[in-house]
Amino acid sequence: MFKKALSLVLTLAMVLSACMIFASCQGEEDLKGMSESPLPAPELTVDFEVKDDFKIGFIFLHDENSTYDKNFIDAAQSVKTLLGLSDEQVLMKVNIPESNDCYEAAVDLANKGCDVIFADSFGHESFILQAAKEFPSVQFCHATGTMAHTAEQANFHNAFASIYEGRYLAGIAAGLKLNEMIEAKKITPEEAVMGYVGAFTYAEVISGLTSFYLGAKSVCPSVTMKVQFTGSWYDEGLEKEAAEALLSKGCVLISQHADSMGAPTACEVKGVPNVSYNGSTYAACPETFIVSSAINWAPYFLHIIKCANTDTAIEADWCGGIAEGSVVLSGINLDVAAEGTEKAIKDAIAGFKAGTLHVFDVAKDDFITVEGQKLTEYTADVDYDEAFTKDTQVIKDGYFAESEFRSAPYFDINIDGIEFLNAKY
Amino acid sequence: MKKEKNAKTAAKPAPSLKKDREMPFYVVKRGDAAKTPGRSILIHGGAILIALLLCGIATIFVTGDNPISIYATMFKGAFGDAHNLWKTLQDIAILLCVSLAVTPAFKMRFWNTGAEGQVLISALATAMCMFYLGGAVPTPVLMLIMILCSILAGVIWAVVPAVFKAFWGTNETLFTLMMNYVAIQLVEVFLKVADKSGSNTVGPNLLKHGWFPELFGQKYLLNILIVAVLTVLVYIYLKYSKQGYEISVVGESENTARYIGVNVKKVIIRTMVVSGALCGVAGLLLVAGTSHSIDSNLVGGRGFTAIMVSWLAKFDPLMMVLTTLLLVFLDRGASEVTTNFGLNSAYSEILTGVIIFFIIGCEFFINYKVMINRNHPFFKKKEQEAAKEVL
Repeated sequence: MFKKALSLVLTLAMVLSACMIFASCQGEEDLKGMSESPLPAPELTVDFEVKDDFKIGFIFLHDENSTYDKNFIDAAQSVKTLLGLSDEQVLMKVNIPESNDCYEAAVDLANKGCDVIFADSFGHESFILQAAKEFPSVQFCHATGTMAHTAEQANFHNAFASIYEGRYLAGIAAGLKLNEMIEAKKITPEEAVMGYVGAFTYAEVISGLTSFYLGAKSVCPSVTMKVQFTGSWYDEGLEKEAAEALLSKGCVLISQHADSMGAPTACEVKGVPNVSYNGSTYAACPETFIVSSAINWAPYFLHIIKCANTDTAIEADWCGGIAEGSVVLSGINLDVAAEGTEKAIKDAIAGFKAGTLHVFDVAKDDFITVEGQKLTEYTADVDYDEAFTKDTQVIKDGYFAESEFRSAPYFDINIDGIEFLNAKY
Repeated sequence: MKKEKNAKTAAKPAPSLKKDREMPFYVVKRGDAAKTPGRSILIHGGAILIALLLCGIATIFVTGDNPISIYATMFKGAFGDAHNLWKTLQDIAILLCVSLAVTPAFKMRFWNTGAEGQVLISALATAMCMFYLGGAVPTPVLMLIMILCSILAGVIWAVVPAVFKAFWGTNETLFTLMMNYVAIQLVEVFLKVADKSGSNTVGPNLLKHGWFPELFGQKYLLNILIVAVLTVLVYIYLKYSKQGYEISVVGESENTARYIGVNVKKVIIRTMVVSGALCGVAGLLLVAGTSHSIDSNLVGGRGFTAIMVSWLAKFDPLMMVLTTLLLVFLDRGASEVTTNFGLNSAYSEILTGVIIFFIIGCEFFINYKVMINRNHPFFKKKEQEAAKEVL
């Protein structure tokens, strides 16, 4: 009897305290929450008829549990809904590794009557190219690849987005946040050090982290950045450790280019502002999330479906930008972002649209330097060859022309102000 | 023993409380005479049927899709058209080759968990030959070097743990397992060196030379023929050769082997050389005959699946053809289901898991017989009721 009474009392106590916790939560200062996105995904319009026997096949490296693949899968689903395609017209193969399985998956899709086949991972490329040679009447599209413009294979195409512009915009939000900290005397201008968790030392990651840094530097000239690489696209533990290592080295703001929630959650625990990638992490990190940039693949999917249905050739290289709606931003977290962030980002978007603003502006003073010197020329490895030789002059009209000679990024320079803590990957 | 007890309780006329707790069923071990192949086939067939039925019910509840159309799709995915059929045969060939490789060691009770690494290191050796020597030497010479290197690599990876086991009694399970990680790391290094673009794979665009020729316009026919020949050879080796007999003796009892004058150390090392060489062939077939690429996940767990194949077939190479067929069919069918029904890939893996669970469960029913406890009140009551009805 006594035991029962005791347990009843304890239960009541727990319920009461739970109620109080809830009440206190709701009673806190009013949160402003998220703003509208300054660069939302556009409403796409359809100006062509889809043939009844049209089929498109997708090859994804993982399934929707990976944020990278989810971004592609969501875009494919949205275009499917937009065009009213049936399940038989959209075939998706998930968990296809970067091996002969990818070639086999492509052949299977072609045998099933697909007119267009799309693959989403960098390592799929040579296998897709192999399949493209066997099925000349089927169009093969590959995201992030580098070979299409030199492969001389008319039905093989590469695509990417000028996500470096999105990174730059997110960098502006980071820079303004640093300015706010400096003004509030929380840090000195010299202590404006950002941390960046990168996956590998590939051009795609370096292009992204540099444009993020330049976005911040465009508003906060004293900023510097430390980069920690993890050697993996998805490793929550490693990414969390890398973020914590950066914080212990004095970084006051973190961003990342890897696919797990490791870095954002490390920031939320320590209360350090975070600029995210591939989508908003506001739901999990409401007190530290600022803004996120992402690639929207829907415009490209619509484009290739339109080409296939109107018998138009697809470009060997397609790089979607802000105008195409391929680069998007999440809403801005008004509780964390500095005042005026939204306006500054919108101004920069206008600059990009007008062509007056370039991310990799090498002519600007004190902006992009390598060992104290301005960049006047740089040959990058643009054309594919087995020796990976640097072959193309990519600086023109005073800026580094990223993604203009081919869609995939090729900016791979370690500029002043950015320190690679480990470059072994 | 349990039966005796039943007999005793039956002798007592008054039903006791204890009696109610007795199970209505009990199990008896079958004698060897009862383990006929006919019965085994009957039990396996029944198990697969029940598994399919269960999967069907689950499918209706979870997705609302028609289970029969799901099975039809699985069948179509594995055998539906010429391309799918060839791909299925090819997958069978590779898995069977790895399974053949682990079998002699398993028959010897040498727990080789390193087939994954042995195949991968041979694949790496093949890929390195193709990468560094491709174009520099004539193709027939290149082929010869590839064959030698891949077999040698597989043998080295297998024989090191065997020597340690034979002379110092180290644990072969842990040793071979760790060798897998060494192989994976070596492949990672090669990926870094060979492909500077940062891809996680060295693809067919870099390994252009030393591809196996197509036979009659079929890419995979040569692989399939090679494995078919190997299957017969391994069967003969294990069943009819003196060395094969020595393997079984060592497996049954090392002391007996020693007593009848078998050099156990020699048998362990020799058998692992055979295992390693067969893994070497598997690695060669994977790179030169199939994918013309290498990445650290090239073997894709076949080194471990092979253990299951080998056990399910009781180390009989001819039976292994059937077990690989089943596993490959499930795998290929499952991926087809995922594509056609837009289901999460985990669902088809669940179906595969259920079916494999039932097949492994068969072993119990082959070795044991389930008997009805006629003295249990549950049946007694029924009998009485039946008797009443008759009256």
